[in-house]
Amino acid sequence: MPILPDASGRFGTFGGRYVPETLVGALDELAEQYAEACADPAFQAELDSLLWHYVGRPSPLYHAERLSEQCGGARIYLKREDLNHTGAHKINNTLGQALLTRRMGKHRVIAETGAGQHGVATATACARFGLECIVYMGAEDIRRQRPNVFSMKLLGAEVRPVTSGSRTLRDAINEAMRDWMASVGTTHYCLGSVVGPHPFPQIVRDFQAVIGREARRQCLDQLGRLPDVVVACVGGGSNAAGIFYPFLDDAGVKLLGVEAGGRSGAPGDHAAPLCFGSPGVLHGSFSYVMQDDDGQTADVHSISAGLDYPGTGPEHSYWKDIGRVEYTQATDAEVLTAFDRLARCEGILPALESSHAVAKAMDLAARLPADQVVVVNLSGRGDKDAAEIARLRGEEAGGLGEQERTEATERGKLR
Amino acid sequence: MSAIDQLFADLRAAGRKAFMPFITAGDPDLDFTADVLRTLVERGSSMCELGIPYSDPIADGPVIQASYTRALEQGIKLRDIFGMLERLTPELPAPVVTMVSYAIVYRRGPERYVAAARAAGIAGAIVPDLPADEAQALADACRREGLSLIQLITPNTPRDRALRIAEQTTGFIYYVSVAGITGERTELPPEIAENVAWLREQTPLPVCIGFGISRPEHVQALAPVADGLIVGSAIVRRIAEASHKPREQVLRDIAEYVDTLLAAMR
Repeated sequence: MPILPDASGRFGTFGGRYVPETLVGALDELAEQYAEACADPAFQAELDSLLWHYVGRPSPLYHAERLSEQCGGARIYLKREDLNHTGAHKINNTLGQALLTRRMGKHRVIAETGAGQHGVATATACARFGLECIVYMGAEDIRRQRPNVFSMKLLGAEVRPVTSGSRTLRDAINEAMRDWMASVGTTHYCLGSVVGPHPFPQIVRDFQAVIGREARRQCLDQLGRLPDVVVACVGGGSNAAGIFYPFLDDAGVKLLGVEAGGRSGAPGDHAAPLCFGSPGVLHGSFSYVMQDDDGQTADVHSISAGLDYPGTGPEHSYWKDIGRVEYTQATDAEVLTAFDRLARCEGILPALESSHAVAKAMDLAARLPADQVVVVNLSGRGDKDAAEIARLRGEEAGGLGEQERTEATERGKLR
Repeated sequence: MSAIDQLFADLRAAGRKAFMPFITAGDPDLDFTADVLRTLVERGSSMCELGIPYSDPIADGPVIQASYTRALEQGIKLRDIFGMLERLTPELPAPVVTMVSYAIVYRRGPERYVAAARAAGIAGAIVPDLPADEAQALADACRREGLSLIQLITPNTPRDRALRIAEQTTGFIYYVSVAGITGERTELPPEIAENVAWLREQTPLPVCIGFGISRPEHVQALAPVADGLIVGSAIVRRIAEASHKPREQVLRDIAEYVDTLLAAMR
């Protein structure tokens, strides 16, 4: 595989930099500082030390034996990013960007968040480095991910509700960009996924690639071989890019990205631009996006706030078009089933985002022979989702049975 | 010579400056947009900038965002906007340029977009999320069709880059007064005059200033240093009142406001 992005920030035809002139200087500076940081062994050493002692890396590669048995086919291994400090993979990126912020001499950090995991991870890194932190979050996401909102405040961040548009991740990114337009001299925008203008998709992928490097090494150490399939959920696509990237040249390893299939494949019912969308421009980059025939961004839906986004990373678009990664989708209902299954038979509450990957891994494992190995990126923990799941099932948080679930479905609460 | 080049040649010969209001197409509907454009030109606007509503405008403040949302909620489509302009521009004695996101241009394809814009009588395009480094394909298409591609230069654009942007620009240069988003401001940065004066020494292109301009004192201070001024949010805010005021009243309010600014320009 060629080394990408190229000098113009492109992955094939995807990527680039579609931003107002006001931001071009800051993106140039970021690209330059990042290149210098990459060449500086002290930078990498400091980041590695933080990942080891502060985040708790390496995260385990765990053989989910009972889940594998129940699926009745291939062996399923979970890359336990949910065990990281702050409960998701997002901290890998925010610590790296906090170090870059300090390098650039900036003291204020802004971020967008959907599920709140990137917001918490940014607030955490800012607290750790004494940086001012402002997180933009859609009002709808604030409602459905309340535990994370409170955590951000406890960590000293200011959470600014975004009430424009769909009141979700997409609008939070718009608002963060607008803040950055006026504050670009003193502020770093800590973008949380492999989206946005160059160099963000590259920087975030590189900081997350620790997941794939570890998983690859762990497979060789624990199993004596590479896995047959690696599965990850894809919204913007940072955890997927992170685990896929180090496997790209391993032709025998199949890579599967799982988008949010929502209620159905009908427009507005899902958030799966790689499955159902078309190439277009959104949030500073050229990539697959859900849009209408005029290029207006379309409304999307997902049960999980972190995947409820109409665009995706430009490198995923590239991997799709060259056929290196296969992209599929899991519906809200499949996701809830996978969530329950992992909770009940492994004692792990996965984030609803990660449950998309679990759902498709279960399907896949059932169809593969027992000597095959499926690695799932369990990108985050699901505590944040417990209350929302209870609400969807028409319950106060507490004993949730199949019976109640069926009733809730019939009442139309879970479509 | 393009309509915009002709306009600035005439203005320069007369020692006058361009006044360029911005409004959103289809807020609250296209009939009213046509009425507002006629009023703006009748009162003495030299050129009109028409915003094509976009779902995710990252360079715009709350006033223009809200107007885009109102227009999109009415289900406005690009073909309707071009249709209205095709009927209106022949009778309108001032050029119309559009502010349009590259998401919309790309969806049609630069070639097709430019051809359709020309057919609708549009004189120029401002694409606020297309920096010069990404603009070559559109610039080529614009040159072939004779559509001006108006590029933006900001206070934080390095001077060598500003010169490269100017080379790719046709019609006029849009100098953004502040690092930030659109919207009315009480005060504008003092270094505008110096930056614009420098720019006008480097290029034969006219330089117009936009973002934040809303008050007669802004106009008084900036008109002498530039070739023209762009006023957006202050007018869009008045159009928003059409939701609860008679339209004739809104048109009168706009006319009065424009009169005040034009008086400050002279």
